[in-house]
Amino acid sequence: MSKRIKVALIGNPNTGKTSLFNQLTGLNQKVGNYPGVTVDKKQGVCKLSNNQTAIITDLPGTYSINPTSIDESIVLKTLMSAQKDEQPDVIVIVADIENLKRNLLLFSQIQDLETPTILALNMADQLQRKGISIDIEELEKELQTKVVLMSARNNEGIDELKAEISNYASIKTVTNFKEISKKIDKSYFEELSKVSDKFSMYELWMLLTKQHTILLSEEEKTAIHFFGHDVSQQKKYQHKETIYRYQKINSILKKTYKLDKSKATDLRSKLDKVFTHKIFGYIIFFGLLLLIFQSIFDWASTPMDFIDGFFADISMYTKNNLPAGMFTDLLTDGIIPGIGGVVIFIPQIAILFLFIAILEETGYMSRVVFLMDKIMRRFGMSGKSVIPLISGTACAIPAIMATRTISSWKERLITILVTPFTTCSARLPVYAILIALIIPDTKVFGFLNLQGITLLGLYVLGFLAAIIAAYILHKTLKIKSNSFFVIEMPNYKVPSVKNVLLDVLEKTKAFVFGAGKIILAISIVLWFLASHGPSSFKDAERNVVENVANQGLSENELAQKVASAKLEKSYIGIAGKTIEPVVKPLGYDWKIGIGLIASFAAREVFIGTLATIYSVENNDEDTSTIKEKMASEINPVTGEKRFNFATGISLLLFYAFAMQCMATLAIVKRETKSWKWPVIQLVGMGALAYLSAFIAYQFLK
Amino acid sequence: MNTIATLHVGEKGIISEESLDNIPLKLLEMGCLPGTEVELLQVAPLKDPMYICVNGSHLAIRKETACQIIISKLN
Repeated sequence: MSKRIKVALIGNPNTGKTSLFNQLTGLNQKVGNYPGVTVDKKQGVCKLSNNQTAIITDLPGTYSINPTSIDESIVLKTLMSAQKDEQPDVIVIVADIENLKRNLLLFSQIQDLETPTILALNMADQLQRKGISIDIEELEKELQTKVVLMSARNNEGIDELKAEISNYASIKTVTNFKEISKKIDKSYFEELSKVSDKFSMYELWMLLTKQHTILLSEEEKTAIHFFGHDVSQQKKYQHKETIYRYQKINSILKKTYKLDKSKATDLRSKLDKVFTHKIFGYIIFFGLLLLIFQSIFDWASTPMDFIDGFFADISMYTKNNLPAGMFTDLLTDGIIPGIGGVVIFIPQIAILFLFIAILEETGYMSRVVFLMDKIMRRFGMSGKSVIPLISGTACAIPAIMATRTISSWKERLITILVTPFTTCSARLPVYAILIALIIPDTKVFGFLNLQGITLLGLYVLGFLAAIIAAYILHKTLKIKSNSFFVIEMPNYKVPSVKNVLLDVLEKTKAFVFGAGKIILAISIVLWFLASHGPSSFKDAERNVVENVANQGLSENELAQKVASAKLEKSYIGIAGKTIEPVVKPLGYDWKIGIGLIASFAAREVFIGTLATIYSVENNDEDTSTIKEKMASEINPVTGEKRFNFATGISLLLFYAFAMQCMATLAIVKRETKSWKWPVIQLVGMGALAYLSAFIAYQFLK
Repeated sequence: MNTIATLHVGEKGIISEESLDNIPLKLLEMGCLPGTEVELLQVAPLKDPMYICVNGSHLAIRKETACQIIISKLN
């Protein structure tokens, strides 16, 4: 068997590059990471023929080799990687027949790196309908490469493409840059090419304009440094380079590309009239949002109940069938509930990502970005921030990763910092139980449920907090950053089921393995802290048994008392007691304090922790019994109920504002490459949570 | 002086050579070249962003960028 051919797929966004990748690799994909950066690296294996396979890498969509966002910067970094085994043997440029001119710009830039480059013209099935005719033979001659007409959606031309990939060695490498450089400034580029003999003139030009000098030796660095001074000259030359490239492309297309304008349909402009309308556009967008949230609640509740019960059953089963001991405890009280705490979020997250994937595939999301950009900019964000803010209602982690498309660093940073204010799915169980405790189940105006309105109010509160925080950051952050913004408005199209499902699968996997790891690890740490303690912990059981010896308690009741006493004396119980003076002004006692600490795994752990502390019968997170226990808790000082209206509101506000998610903090650290921002987030959101909870409690008590 | 920002929806213009240095590289690379025709297709409230068609590319750009691209209007 011969060696695997390394293939890189490169192309403009919306050219069907992902469809082609899915077509070539099927489900044979894996997502990894590029060294040093956090952009997902999608790779898959493709069988080219009986004795040949290829490893296909799907690089992020880009309009040019000159990047304006982190995603785009990967393309050049991969192609010019220091490690030879990272570099592709052959590049496939995926182009859309309708926008061939712009696609060829990227082709001509990439070709100049002197790796065999095949041009795949996608959406060939639409040639006739769009009135386009292309002279493939002539195009191959002009571009000096192989051109394949194909349609990834209809599985046409894929075999031809595979054959060309197998034959990549016959494609000669070409550079147009010599010619272009002569037109721009001959002596400048001749001097530049003398800097190093390991790299071509064009590669050195790329290294210079990207200030990417790691690949050079010390001596070469000094030499290239001389060229680095005049940035405005470099910019001018880059402009000229683009103009010359387009001139050549125009002359090629004149010979090879014909468009019959009479065949053009105006479906796009008709749909745009509605979707980007100054009034209807917004009504449609907010209507869609309502519909999406409604569906998430409707569809997710059944699978979530099932998952909840399923993990409780496994835990029970394990407990009953394994010999008692520390390992069993770790399994039943640490690991299994920890995994359950991750899996429970999958339905909501997957459904939300399903909607987002559909909206993106159809091309509608770009229209939303267009409509919202001006409004978002008032708050220091971009139209592109809308997608992270919507995703944040499922989970902040994938939402923060979705900010990578925002090219302005300031706009991206603000979006990252405020996204955790949006009401994520981990807050819902906490909200649900607290609302049930303190808000009467009555109707207002005859049809609106007061509890429902409160929940809606908390969602609105989350969004308002995000927007106001963004405004404050916008006014205070002194970051000079290019606010240049451009977004392509792609053609409307029917989404491909395969693409949508693979996208949902990929994002859900990113959540499960990204956030899941951290949630699981913290669950285990919390379990340890709750089941171990200093010497008094060991006496707890005996003390309880002695104290209640004469009360005639049943075995069950006794076991609960013991569990409760043990928790009190455990490390986490001690921590709860330690922070009690701090949380007392908010209306909480040490038990709630433990719940707050435990929430750092994931907020919904609050409920489970309180369940243990209040020693609820068989701890299966049966809400009604937890609720009853919570409702009957008495504040020994006031003699009133512990979860009265004041404490309840105070807790709701605390959960709405506090940054209680370690997994999110870790992602923010990764995306901002510094501890500064997650710390600011933790402290800032914590202060807001504390203050608002304090005011609410003191005012209402 | 006319720029993309002074166009009304539905109007067209030719991008002038003199604005070459003012056009951000990325926009240039996306087809917004001097000498080509640009049409304003749609605007968001307050004329910002602006939805244009240039060289076959359908793009939305902010008004502050549109202001810098000088054009001569076509009737």
